[in-house]
Amino acid sequence: MSPEDQLNITKSVIIRNNSIYVDGNIIYEYFKNDNFLNDSYESLDNNYPKFYKMDVLGKLGMLATHLLLKDSDIENHLPSDVGIVLSNSNSSLDADIRYFDSVKSFPSPALFVYTLPNIVTGEISIRYKLKGENAFFISQQFDADWLHFYISHLFQNNKINACIGGWIESINSDHDVCLFLTERKESKNGINFTAENLNNINSLGDDVSNILP
Amino acid sequence: MDKQELMQRLKDEIIKQLKLEGTKPESIGDHDPLFVEGLGLDSIDALELIVLLQQEYKIKLNNAEQGQEVFRSVSTMADFILEHQAKQV
Repeated sequence: MSPEDQLNITKSVIIRNNSIYVDGNIIYEYFKNDNFLNDSYESLDNNYPKFYKMDVLGKLGMLATHLLLKDSDIENHLPSDVGIVLSNSNSSLDADIRYFDSVKSFPSPALFVYTLPNIVTGEISIRYKLKGENAFFISQQFDADWLHFYISHLFQNNKINACIGGWIESINSDHDVCLFLTERKESKNGINFTAENLNNINSLGDDVSNILP
Repeated sequence: MDKQELMQRLKDEIIKQLKLEGTKPESIGDHDPLFVEGLGLDSIDALELIVLLQQEYKIKLNNAEQGQEVFRSVSTMADFILEHQAKQV
């Protein structure tokens, strides 16, 4: 890859332990224990009523992506040039269990539509009008090597010029998000897109990361 | 229950069933369109309204075309429910 093709991680968002970090700096802490997602959304975003209808993965994806793209120049990229590559270990199990519970009385169509992990990529695409390559991988834990390999491959094949990548996990009300924005551009604040740097970003507030089934 | 009471109850149920956080019952007009304009509901919301009718009022819709008429507004929903209940008596 030539120097002008340098890939940089231009922004990152971590959500774990009821705290939210942007580029390594804590921006939100929640000290109650009842409704972290809705309360943090109402404090930090609050401009997308469909948020309330989403499953937990969808809400985490919306919140993290809002913070990731806020004040970014993502709109300078063509919609077809922005990819989304996400991963987690429990797939849509959280929504699956909630749907299964609803079936015992009356199946909920609104829950059923979230019983796939890649729905969150669709929700992000719809809100931000992104039309690039997307994928959702299931791995036992945050796999920096795989994410780096796959996203690099998309860039090298000129499929994308920017990518929202990372990990969105939730099970039993434990949330764990590590999202990063990778762009093919010079960036004063950006860091090189390497697996090592992805692991460094993901190590922030690491008590509950990589939740296992 | 008269139509006015039923419409009030329907507004509360629609907000709860469709998770319309931030929407107050009094902001939903009796004749406001439920889809596209007005409340801006979508196809999944339509399915949830069908579930609402079945769960709360024991009414099954026979076909999709019927849904377009029934779910035009809170008023048309109330008319449909009252008509159905009258037939049951």
